[in-house]
Amino acid sequence: MERSVFSRWFRLLTVAVLAGSLLSGCGYNEFQAKDEATKAAWGEVVNQYQRRADLIPNLVNTVKGYASHERGTLEAVTRARAAATSFQITPEVLNNPAAFQKFQQVQGELSNALSRLMAVSEKYPDLKADTSFRDLQSQLEGTENRITVARQRYIAAVQDYNITVRKFPTNLTAMLFGYKSKPSFMVENEKAISTAPTVDFGNK
Amino acid sequence: MLRLLRFLWPLALAFVLAGPAFAQLKPVPALTARVTDEAGMIDDSQRQRLEAVLADYEAKTGSQIAVLLVTSTAPEAIEQYSIRVADAWKLGRKGVDDGVLLLVARDNPSALRRLRIEAGRGVQGVLTDAQSKRILQDVIAPHFRQNHYYEGLVAGVGAIATLLNQEQFPAPARQGRAAAEDGGGLGLFGIAMLVLGFMLLRSIFRPRRSRLAHGGWGRGAGYRSGLGDAATGFILGNVLGNMGRGGGGFHGGGFSGGGGSFDGGGASGDW
Repeated sequence: MERSVFSRWFRLLTVAVLAGSLLSGCGYNEFQAKDEATKAAWGEVVNQYQRRADLIPNLVNTVKGYASHERGTLEAVTRARAAATSFQITPEVLNNPAAFQKFQQVQGELSNALSRLMAVSEKYPDLKADTSFRDLQSQLEGTENRITVARQRYIAAVQDYNITVRKFPTNLTAMLFGYKSKPSFMVENEKAISTAPTVDFGNK
Repeated sequence: MLRLLRFLWPLALAFVLAGPAFAQLKPVPALTARVTDEAGMIDDSQRQRLEAVLADYEAKTGSQIAVLLVTSTAPEAIEQYSIRVADAWKLGRKGVDDGVLLLVARDNPSALRRLRIEAGRGVQGVLTDAQSKRILQDVIAPHFRQNHYYEGLVAGVGAIATLLNQEQFPAPARQGRAAAEDGGGLGLFGIAMLVLGFMLLRSIFRPRRSRLAHGGWGRGAGYRSGLGDAATGFILGNVLGNMGRGGGGFHGGGFSGGGGSFDGGGASGDW
């Protein structure tokens, strides 16, 4: 009697060990590592967008000092910033294509509003000569570049993850555990968003 | 099936687009010196002097500054090229991220920009984007406009170094101390492995009902792997300790980055 209980336990143990080695063989651990990598890359994207949002109040105030009658442009930036910062970024954004789309949309609108503001500021020589405006301008430019870099790294991380989801035999593991490919920044969106005020202002 | 296709096509598109794009991109030059002049903008003695200044600066502070002069970064903008260079070169110490790259692309059209400071993550507190921009516009550009490239580079590097001095970075690894630290750290790893090995041994010798534990291979393998890992730990510790003695990525006159990381911060400019 006791013997059969023991052998049942032993069999269970063997199955567990086998399942463990099979899982790691089929990329379960790979999924965990790559999932974390995409989350880290996404964290950096969000971080840099936040950095841009933090710059905006100062920028708006500085522009207001010289070009107060550009009220429409200034208000558009403030509104777009409010919309972008109030869109809650939860981890589920990463796995939810609709939320991801929404995130890109609000950030893209902020990019557009900002680029209009920077274009308008070209008309005011006093503003362009203002030291704090120049500093803010270069900070904004640097941050836009950081956003681009963070997005590129996110795209690379997601690509790596998605390939693991699809290729054999790890796709079986993905199916078993319900891992789906993650949404990424697409080429069309890339165009729409990255025409942000990155390049063409204030350089001599 | 349709859904699968819909998921797949962007990937295919990315490959199609990326294929030729990658082929055309300007390759990142190998990092062999702190000053790399592909464009022939400075002569050899100037290059060596600048190199010596930067090497001296690294020996004193531990921070790595490198200068790269190229003819063009087309089709990429200078910031896209420079982040690739910075990622490949890994200037600055690992974890401190105190590397700076000064990149000049002499013949770039103005849309792609000709000057770039790529600031490591760790230096951005003092070498802010705004400061980088000022260095490019107010320090380097005036010299460059008169074709005084060497003077511009010296002034720019000097301005960068002055700013970095305001930050309290960890002291550069002294030869003896670095070796002791690294050796000690991995020695600990070795000890941990030894302890693990003994625990394995004990668990194997302890009488138990499990049939697995009585397997002859289990005993031998456990014993050997415990000692083997400990030995590996010690050997690794010694090797790394010796490497630490080299200090600052200086091996046989060559130069290599210390593992610093970049996030695209810095500034671009023109002259």
